[in-house]
Amino acid sequence: MTLNIFLQNLSNGISLGCLFALIAIGYTMVYGVLRLINFAHGDIFMMAAFFVYYAIALFSLPWWLACLVAVALAMLLGMTVERVAYKPLRNAPRISSLCSAIGMSFLLENFAIVVFGGRPKSFYRPEFFSKTYILSGIRVPGVNFVTPIVSIVFLLILTYIVYKTKTGLAMRAISKDFDTAKLMGINLNRTISLTFMIGSGLAAIGAVLWALRYPQIWPFMGVFPGWRAFTAAIIGGIGSIRGAMVGGFLVGILTIMIVAFLPELAGFKDAFIFVILIFVLLFKPEGLFGEE
Amino acid sequence: MKKKKKDYFILKITTILMVVVFVFIAQRNFDAYVVRILNLCGIYVILGVSLNLINGFTGQFSLGHAGFMAIGAYVSALLYMSPELKEVNYFITPIIWPLSVIQIPFVFSLIIAGLVSAGVGFLVGAPCLRLKGDYLAIVTFGFSEIIRVLFCNLQSITNGPLGLKGLPSYTNLWWTWGMAIFTVWFVKNLINSSYGRALKSIREDEVAAEAMGVNLFYHKVLSFVVGAFFAGIAGALLGSLVMTIDPNTFSFFMTFQIIIIIVVGGLGSITGTVIAGTVFAILMEVLRSVESPMRLFGLHIPGIPGMRMLIFSILLMIVILFFHQGLMGTKEWSWEWLYNKLAGNKKEIEEGS
Repeated sequence: MTLNIFLQNLSNGISLGCLFALIAIGYTMVYGVLRLINFAHGDIFMMAAFFVYYAIALFSLPWWLACLVAVALAMLLGMTVERVAYKPLRNAPRISSLCSAIGMSFLLENFAIVVFGGRPKSFYRPEFFSKTYILSGIRVPGVNFVTPIVSIVFLLILTYIVYKTKTGLAMRAISKDFDTAKLMGINLNRTISLTFMIGSGLAAIGAVLWALRYPQIWPFMGVFPGWRAFTAAIIGGIGSIRGAMVGGFLVGILTIMIVAFLPELAGFKDAFIFVILIFVLLFKPEGLFGEE
Repeated sequence: MKKKKKDYFILKITTILMVVVFVFIAQRNFDAYVVRILNLCGIYVILGVSLNLINGFTGQFSLGHAGFMAIGAYVSALLYMSPELKEVNYFITPIIWPLSVIQIPFVFSLIIAGLVSAGVGFLVGAPCLRLKGDYLAIVTFGFSEIIRVLFCNLQSITNGPLGLKGLPSYTNLWWTWGMAIFTVWFVKNLINSSYGRALKSIREDEVAAEAMGVNLFYHKVLSFVVGAFFAGIAGALLGSLVMTIDPNTFSFFMTFQIIIIIVVGGLGSITGTVIAGTVFAILMEVLRSVESPMRLFGLHIPGIPGMRMLIFSILLMIVILFFHQGLMGTKEWSWEWLYNKLAGNKKEIEEGS
């Protein structure tokens, strides 16, 4: 393994890590506010990729406009999922909302199979993204330049929203204490909807970047990125936004490096992520940055 | 009162005899397609009741049933397949030594499948059952995925993604319905014993249950191991019914189907699970018509693949959102209940007149 190949893998790992970070934020924010694992998050991710595909294929929008439309639609979808499937069960036992989340995830997947078809579709990508650039001997696809930049910009915007604005303050208050926040006059429904919209929006951006990287989209494409990102959120400490970002990078780099250094174990790479998940949950359930 | 109990006993025996006669006739005279659906009914009932023991009665939300089914299916198949059949199946990577020569009768392979599955259930359950709610759900799901990935990759034991094909078809109605009745009987007796009361108390309030002297760890693991045992047997029966085993059959999708059954039937009701499991198996076949092209009032409607599961997903969401209790809630049907109902009605009528 030469340094060049290592750096090449590292660039892949970082760019994949950015994607996981973007998706993990959605899990961690929803968990912080509602104490609910939003199983449907990975499927909102999948729907966003299809929105881009159909915005280009049916309405022949320019691709950047299609991406914006898809992000907006995904935000709307995230909010709708919350209104329909989670809001009525807010006071029901946790198991009910868990069932509802699993049911919603399958509903979206099957909806996608029925409406979009089960066969993988090829995603349009502009030449800039698919071209490989050679930087002092390291081969880097264009998408690996764009992904970290876009991700970091949006993560900074998110940090600003959560830590500097009133809405962010409301979100943090709800995640600290649901009932007290309600008594303090915080508009719960509005804040929760906003949380879902932000999470879904970030997932949609992740989906666009993901599809530019792996230009094949199909109804189950959200399942594994979803679980990896979820693992990232758990490793970072679920409920912690900083944790989700760090966890995302760790999982991304780890996934690439395992396959790069131990190619004979590549078949087990899906199992690795769950082994890590189980060990973290059993021995350090609060994660790296979570609260005790 | 004594006499009443004897009456119920006779009623129960009569019902079981009627089922036996029905199975006898069905196995001989019904066409293969109907028998297959009836077999699936039995298997879904076993799966539903065993998962309901963990999720509904003990309140520990497990998503690992598909993993235990996979273990049961593979263990039994590796034991009852003949050495020649194994040689045909493992044409890429030969099977490792002791497994290549072993062949035992179906009955024993079924029991061993259940026991191995229960053993894995213990190994998984013992560390994991400290976790609660959604964390437990994720960890059990993780385990079932790990098992699936392992079975996909351990070529010399499981034949990897190629799966096992051409298995002998041992499963018949006697096996599936017999095991279904045994499962229902076993779980019902477990639930009505002191163990069952302990399990329900854990569901209602863990802290209170522990304060009353219920050993949380022991009872949680007990329900998990019993659930895993029956899941393993159901997996073994399913493998021999469809005559092929493919590791990807036992994905989360399989668990999801069982979740539909227990949520629709009612978390904490054996009767509800039996009804929902039977209806589910039948609907799965009936709704195939939605996916094939058809002519309706002179209109040609093209088949829509995937429509079946969409209908089930919508059904599940409706039940979760509007009928929290499912079909039966935590109620059970029994001859006693029916008798009391009838007697109660008679009394009301007498009083009314």
